[in-house]
Amino acid sequence: MIGEHTVGDTVFFRGHGTLEIDPATIVPVLHRLRDRGYSFLASVHGVDYYPHEPRLGVHYELLDMGRVDRVTVKLRVPTDAPEVDSVTPDRAAPGGGVLAGWPTANHQEREVYDMFGVVFRDHPDLRRILMPEDYEGHPQRRDFPIGGEPVAFTYNDTPSLGPPR
Amino acid sequence: MSSTEEPTTLSAYRRQEQSITLAPVEEQIRSDVGGASDEASHELLTLNIGPHHPATHGVLRLLVTLQGEVVRDIKPIIGYVHTGIEKTAEDKSYWKAIPVVERMDYLSYFFNAMAYCGAVETLLDVEIPPRAQYLRVIHLEFNRIMSHLVWLGTSALDLGAISMFWYCFREREAILDLFELSTGQRMHTRYIQVGGVAEDIPRGFAEKLRKFTDAMPTRADQYGDLLNKNEIVLQRLRNTCPLDAQKLLELGVTGPLLRAAGNPWDLRKAAPYSSYDHFDFKIPVGTVGDNYDRFAVRLAEIYESTRIIEQALAGLPEGPYITTDRKVALPPRHELATSMEALIHHFKLVTEGFRVPPGEVYHPIESPRGELGCFVRSDGSSKPARVHMRDPSFVNLQATSHMAEGAYIADLIATLAMLDPVLGGIDR
Repeated sequence: MIGEHTVGDTVFFRGHGTLEIDPATIVPVLHRLRDRGYSFLASVHGVDYYPHEPRLGVHYELLDMGRVDRVTVKLRVPTDAPEVDSVTPDRAAPGGGVLAGWPTANHQEREVYDMFGVVFRDHPDLRRILMPEDYEGHPQRRDFPIGGEPVAFTYNDTPSLGPPR
Repeated sequence: MSSTEEPTTLSAYRRQEQSITLAPVEEQIRSDVGGASDEASHELLTLNIGPHHPATHGVLRLLVTLQGEVVRDIKPIIGYVHTGIEKTAEDKSYWKAIPVVERMDYLSYFFNAMAYCGAVETLLDVEIPPRAQYLRVIHLEFNRIMSHLVWLGTSALDLGAISMFWYCFREREAILDLFELSTGQRMHTRYIQVGGVAEDIPRGFAEKLRKFTDAMPTRADQYGDLLNKNEIVLQRLRNTCPLDAQKLLELGVTGPLLRAAGNPWDLRKAAPYSSYDHFDFKIPVGTVGDNYDRFAVRLAEIYESTRIIEQALAGLPEGPYITTDRKVALPPRHELATSMEALIHHFKLVTEGFRVPPGEVYHPIESPRGELGCFVRSDGSSKPARVHMRDPSFVNLQATSHMAEGAYIADLIATLAMLDPVLGGIDR
């Protein structure tokens, strides 16, 4: 599962490290990091890297409370195959036994699905969380129009979101 | 029944009271129903609580599966106050996104602005002057007290102690007056700016602040006197809906809920930001992790926040209240008349705004409800490419079903109150 091509890129920016990994390895990577001490999953959130492909990114913010150290694990999936394994459920360990999941990711993965359209395989209850159940589209993608009414006297603001002109 | 009665001759009422126990709910059901073979006792009822309901602390909808009056499962349904704050912030320049982001968790607006500005300052790699850091701490801790007062008033209201609401909001009015004096606004003050604070504190602020911090511990003592030994409060909160620290950590819960379970994790002590390491304060920690500990931890935090404010005011350093980097913060108005560079900086900042070098930053702070993190991705332009607020209430809400399983509906209401959810933060 974890091999030489798991970690694609490492970034150390403003005193904080980020690992960019192969999306298929997210569950073993998080388990390996948890064994190293990064047991608290603080945040799971999505980013749309439009127009750079692969567009949809998912960030996992990990925290080691004992050493007070944080690390970010990030992966990117394309829009035509936006699937990632969910880290919420418990999984069977290869040698028998159970590898515990992160229940905290339940609502947060639902939000990433709702807003960006990333499908989390084996999520116990993957449905929209903030938007209505019958909503169409994934609002926080960068090419989704922001909508709203034009604001009077805002001459210097050009809208930056919406379909490319 | 008079107080001079000997303990051996109890009235019928007192004898009946003694037979009431908070025994495990299963035994209660079995003895009430009189045998486990009754079909009706196993029937599950799904009840919809909310979204319009005085006790759900906002527009929160709960699908509660009940067996009699015992809660078996809770599914929270949220999104009724979703206003697309994160999407809106992508369309505004970094300066203009501050008021947008402030309106997320509407009771801890200084914290929202602090998390966002902290992330942008990290991206810009700009230093915050010490006076600005102390002023930020003063306002953040006032916001913490104010948020805890609203929580205390509304929670006591849920339990039936209606006068507590008015006492807490009386103190809250004093804090909002202080905010109006220093920032010009009672709520959503846009006081915390990228690089520091919007303006210095006016004359008279220090005296009013001292009057408040002198009076606050006595007031908090009075709240404690009203509630701490009240029989109804104790019966409703003691040993109801406990959850151990390990389960809370798996659910991602931080803040007073985690501290009530015994884990003293507080970002102000663990990873101090904005000069919090200059101040001497304690972290109140509970033991059992039941509703009473959650209540006691937040009440104790009010005292500690008052101490921090006193120390911050006493040690307030001189100096600028915002960074002197003119590419980030507006120059003072009097310079515009004489300096060409100041005029150009002012023009560029007001029309386009400052540009932030590309990067991604996650900046966590300790808000009244737990870890509030702001993720900002910048692509080199003057508008953020992604703003995500990791709201503590959104994550803490997942613990509701674990806490309230097997408890009565009344305990569910008390647990929701002790959870301190703010729907603005949950829905954004």
